[in-house]
Amino acid sequence: MKTVRIPPTLRPETGGERQVTATGATVRELLDDLIARFPGLRAQLVEDDDIAPFVNVYVEGEDVRTLDGLETPVQDGDTVILLPAMAGG
Amino acid sequence: MPSYRELLQQVKAEIEEVDAPGARELFDAADPPLFVDVREPDEWNDGHIPGAVHVSRGHFESRIEQAAPDRARPIVVYCAGGSRSAFAAKTLEELGYENVVSLAGGYTDWKRNGFPTQLPRTLDAEKRSRYSRHILIPEVGVEGQLKLPESRILLIGAGGLGSPASLYLAAAGVGTIGIVDDDRVDASNLQRQIAHSTETLGDWKADSAKATIEALNPDVNVITYKERLTSENVERILADGWDVIVDGADNFPTRYLVNDAAVWHDIPLVHGSIYRFEGQVSVFKPHEGPCYRCLFPQPPPPELAPSCAEGGVLGVLPGIVGSLQASEALKLALGIGESLAGRLLLFDALSTEFSEVTLRRDPACPVCGENPTITDYVDYVEFCQGRPAHA
Repeated sequence: MKTVRIPPTLRPETGGERQVTATGATVRELLDDLIARFPGLRAQLVEDDDIAPFVNVYVEGEDVRTLDGLETPVQDGDTVILLPAMAGG
Repeated sequence: MPSYRELLQQVKAEIEEVDAPGARELFDAADPPLFVDVREPDEWNDGHIPGAVHVSRGHFESRIEQAAPDRARPIVVYCAGGSRSAFAAKTLEELGYENVVSLAGGYTDWKRNGFPTQLPRTLDAEKRSRYSRHILIPEVGVEGQLKLPESRILLIGAGGLGSPASLYLAAAGVGTIGIVDDDRVDASNLQRQIAHSTETLGDWKADSAKATIEALNPDVNVITYKERLTSENVERILADGWDVIVDGADNFPTRYLVNDAAVWHDIPLVHGSIYRFEGQVSVFKPHEGPCYRCLFPQPPPPELAPSCAEGGVLGVLPGIVGSLQASEALKLALGIGESLAGRLLLFDALSTEFSEVTLRRDPACPVCGENPTITDYVDYVEFCQGRPAHA
């Protein structure tokens, strides 16, 4: 199991949950699992079969774009942070 | 028991000395030693060797490590005539400083030779009192406090984040604060925007913040820009010259505009953003660390961007995030500490948790990357209000 932190802007898609667990050995599998359970997340996270350019995915604090992107491995116990841009000031 | 004179002779025999012309040669060297002045404050105030640090004998042992952290760097220590500095040189050797010489004949001989001197810049009694809690911090001190009036910090937005940031920067003694905001104070702002008040409802936020800042610290020069930052005015506003920009905007178009401008003008940008209970803070240092576009290459499509006005925010949240921005801006102005460059700090007020993720420069960044594709300002559609930013 991996812990996924859901940012406030995406919580309407997860029934208000701030943190959910997900399965998958890679970021791709983990996002597939999330989207299967919370279909509304697809438009917020994925664009052209890649991570959307307005959202970042961090595994243990590292941006997966600087690792192996969707193929970045995720270990049990890892924390994954989904982080869309927010503009409020 | 030795007399003072005997003790002085004994100490002088144990240390290295240099005469004034010898010290002048060291002073002019490409890699000069650190000059340490151990005289009393009133002697220092009458003039000193340029570039010297002042650690008077009374606080010598406790403060020298702050003033001279590198024990391998050669040191020339001096006083008025060469006696007090001889004892200080002995102390430095005992503290493990590797290459210490005492200036024989001291400042008196240095001056008699016609070598360069300078008068210290000082704070008057009123400012010493106002900023005393800064002056007590070794990392700030009088030197740091003297830098702040020279600092020019531009705030984008005088709202939730800009309010606390501007007040703390003003209280700290930042000399010039620019405020860009085209909005007026509305009743719904007062739950969090503490630079404004019931009294200033309906006023320009820039004017309202300026009045609050001037009441707090009349030393601050506030420049107001009662306009929305756009591709049309950004160059004019930046032409006034800024050392640091604090981004407290409430919309994506302005954030991208500010980022691109900061990269092109090579000005460090302190980023902060808030939503409900959560905040993000970072520092974007152009060409040294990542920029906002390395983090988010482009804004989300309008239909996916959370509505700023509808989203809501805990009133105190911008107080925390805006204060963190002020702290980062002050550190940049003072040149101290480790900034948040390359790190994004996440704060969740509901669980009271800080976390951090690593930010890296993106070689493919459209603005600060190796082959930039964006070379002119972009006016994105203003999706917070559902109308174009630039009609």
